[in-house]
Amino acid sequence: MTNITNHSINQNSFDDVLITGNPNTGKTSVFNSLTGLHQKTGNYPGVTVEKKTGMVTGSAGQKVRLHDLPGLYSLISKSPDELIARKVLLNETDEKLNIRLIVVVVDSSNLNRNLYLVTQLIDLGLPILIAMNMIDNAKNHGFEIDFKKLSEQLGVAIVPIVASKSHGLKQLSEEIFDQVQSIKKQPPKLTDSPTESKETKSTHLPGYFSNLFPQHKETGDLLDGALSPVVMWFRRYSNLNESGQHSEALRVISSEEALENWSPLSSEKTSDGDLKTIINKTRAQLNRMQISWKMLETIMRYDKIDKICLKVMSQNLKNETNPGMRLDKFLTHRFLGPVMALVIFYLIFQSIFTWAEKPMEMIEGSMGYLGSFVRFFIPDGLLQDLFVDGIIGGVGAILVFLPQIIFLFFFLALLEDTGYMARVAFLADRLMKSIGLSGYGVIPLLSSFACAIPGIMATRTVPNWKERIVIIMIAPLMSCSARLPVYILLIGTFFPSISILGIFSISGIILFSMYLFGIIVGIGVALVFNRIIKNNATSTSFVMELPPYRMPSLKWVLFQMFERAKIFVTDAGQIILAISIVIWFLVSFPKPDNHDSSSHKLHLQQSYAGQIGKLIEPAIQPLGFDWKVGIGLITSFVAREVLVSTLATIYNVKEAEETSVNLRIALQNETNVTTGKRVYTPLVAVSIMVFFALACQCMATVAIVKRETNSWRWPIIMVLYMTGLAYVSSFVVYQGGLLLGFT
Amino acid sequence: MNSEVLTTTPIQLISLVDLKPGDRAIIKQIKGDTGKEIYLMELGLLPGTSIKYIKQAPLGDPIEICLRNYHLSIRSEDAGVVLVEKQK
Repeated sequence: MTNITNHSINQNSFDDVLITGNPNTGKTSVFNSLTGLHQKTGNYPGVTVEKKTGMVTGSAGQKVRLHDLPGLYSLISKSPDELIARKVLLNETDEKLNIRLIVVVVDSSNLNRNLYLVTQLIDLGLPILIAMNMIDNAKNHGFEIDFKKLSEQLGVAIVPIVASKSHGLKQLSEEIFDQVQSIKKQPPKLTDSPTESKETKSTHLPGYFSNLFPQHKETGDLLDGALSPVVMWFRRYSNLNESGQHSEALRVISSEEALENWSPLSSEKTSDGDLKTIINKTRAQLNRMQISWKMLETIMRYDKIDKICLKVMSQNLKNETNPGMRLDKFLTHRFLGPVMALVIFYLIFQSIFTWAEKPMEMIEGSMGYLGSFVRFFIPDGLLQDLFVDGIIGGVGAILVFLPQIIFLFFFLALLEDTGYMARVAFLADRLMKSIGLSGYGVIPLLSSFACAIPGIMATRTVPNWKERIVIIMIAPLMSCSARLPVYILLIGTFFPSISILGIFSISGIILFSMYLFGIIVGIGVALVFNRIIKNNATSTSFVMELPPYRMPSLKWVLFQMFERAKIFVTDAGQIILAISIVIWFLVSFPKPDNHDSSSHKLHLQQSYAGQIGKLIEPAIQPLGFDWKVGIGLITSFVAREVLVSTLATIYNVKEAEETSVNLRIALQNETNVTTGKRVYTPLVAVSIMVFFALACQCMATVAIVKRETNSWRWPIIMVLYMTGLAYVSSFVVYQGGLLLGFT
Repeated sequence: MNSEVLTTTPIQLISLVDLKPGDRAIIKQIKGDTGKEIYLMELGLLPGTSIKYIKQAPLGDPIEICLRNYHLSIRSEDAGVVLVEKQK
């Protein structure tokens, strides 16, 4: 046995094992438990599907490369996720793997439906190992499963586990390595060897279908005869083995969708005609034989599964102790359901903002210390400025938000692990449908009120590709917490905090209006994008499993949290660093000759940023902005709240925060030299806020969108449309306001 | 088996959406054979399958049903193709 001790680039040195299964079976939990930290995430080339690969080491030092595939219910694929999973399972991706074993993770409390995919995979003739997960839940539902009998019925090995409690994982790991070992000794024919002539083999495995569905031997015999031309086609033109050819033949006969999975190959003319024509002829023949071919595979398959389940499984409802069942009485209740959802989300946001305060202060403090530290080591001058103001300043502005982002990831993982996420989608679907979206989109959008980055990453759960893109495009319009410093500064400065009826305050109303504004524009943009984006795949609408409630595994939730945070820091981090340096450059150069204290303000005015500000001034004047605000628009592209510190610098105010009185006074008193009028009026303030509500001023978001969509196209579209929308809206607000007589 | 699937004479068949919370029923027919219907069947909604209608979401849509020991939520417009016979 060879010990593979180095990760060579050569694909052939790896033994590949795939992990698959229905969604919500804890697949990823199994993957994480087996690989630990030895995993990496990326995207499959050309698509928006996440690719996870990891290395597992056995007790004797053997290594296996593990792949976590997207969950799927059947080999007939619709969504991009399912298509990729299918391609990898059939080893039809560009990256050819040495697939030794496929581990199917099964939800034991839901065995019947889970067996659909399992039997499809077994019938493909692939080496399978079943990991029966959640057997604790199965017990709670009163189920008793005879694993040994099930293993005999299916002809594959079964390992019972509870991944969330790490039960059985050691046995699973051992079983995986054992199986890989024995499979390597007698390799299954996943592909026909090139030397064998494909023409001279017998036309079909005698009695394949009658053996596969013994309860319908007669139909099976008829199928063996009728399907042979289709089986022949797969023998000649696909990479499937004997079993796979027959299994896939039955599938494409039964469903148009399955046939679609084989295009464009299915339309290519061969010496026997193209697959589509062969299929049509065969279907006609089946009709003549009085066999309804529609959904034949599904019907026969479930028939077989039902019989197996009768033999191996029983449910004793007296043993049912599952408390989760009763939760839905409240959580999806007609009135209580939405109310509780709102309360829960309010509490989540409240927690995030409260818990994040101390860490945020600590980070700000650390940035300060780091700055002093750097100043100590690097002598005064350009390099020091670059590091302190440019890098630490810019990156620090983003890092400050890291606690909020991490806590949001925590709660999102928690909601998903318990199963509550699905309930929220269930409650919200009707509302979302009215704007062309589905319940899946509500969690990403809600999350974006704290920060669009976790929100956009959460769109992974949206199965419909077009809907995923639309949600990503409008997520930044949900006013995030970075806008809050800007809103608070401007509202606090220009609007009186008068109470109405003792409950509402003008400031509060205006703040709420800004949030509402973002939502309304988001709805409008969603409707527009829904029209514009072409969707080639058939939409499956909203058909969603409501998984049983589970006690969340803290280990798993924390792991998710750190994994997502790592992605944020690495992916967004690079762009943030780059742009921070660019912005620093723009505000620092050209350097003035003198260094007296007032030159800071003058310096900024004379810098490139200041020049650009003056340059764009004519363009932004109709919005009520002057060139100083223009500088703020440029610098806040790093992060929205940078506007506050930029304005502070421009008005030479030390210790600026959105609540500092000095900055407010400076803004109130700022007078235009030429006209003698105030530069900032409440109308201007509203115009600025409207601009900030809609503009794309977060490089981190752009970076994450690029990552999640795996192309630059969508981030660019996002920046363009948001900037355009912001400009037009500010224009309308300001000019409209002037017309109406506000000053 | 095949003749059951081909049966088209309805005996008191109603649509899935016409059930009330708590009702049990057996699926008799799935109207249509596009991708949507196949998807539902692959999820286990087949002629002969027993289901239990759990509830509707607050605004009437989607609905939640229980079949093969798991819970599924579907929009009414999609559930409309599932014809069932109510059980006492």
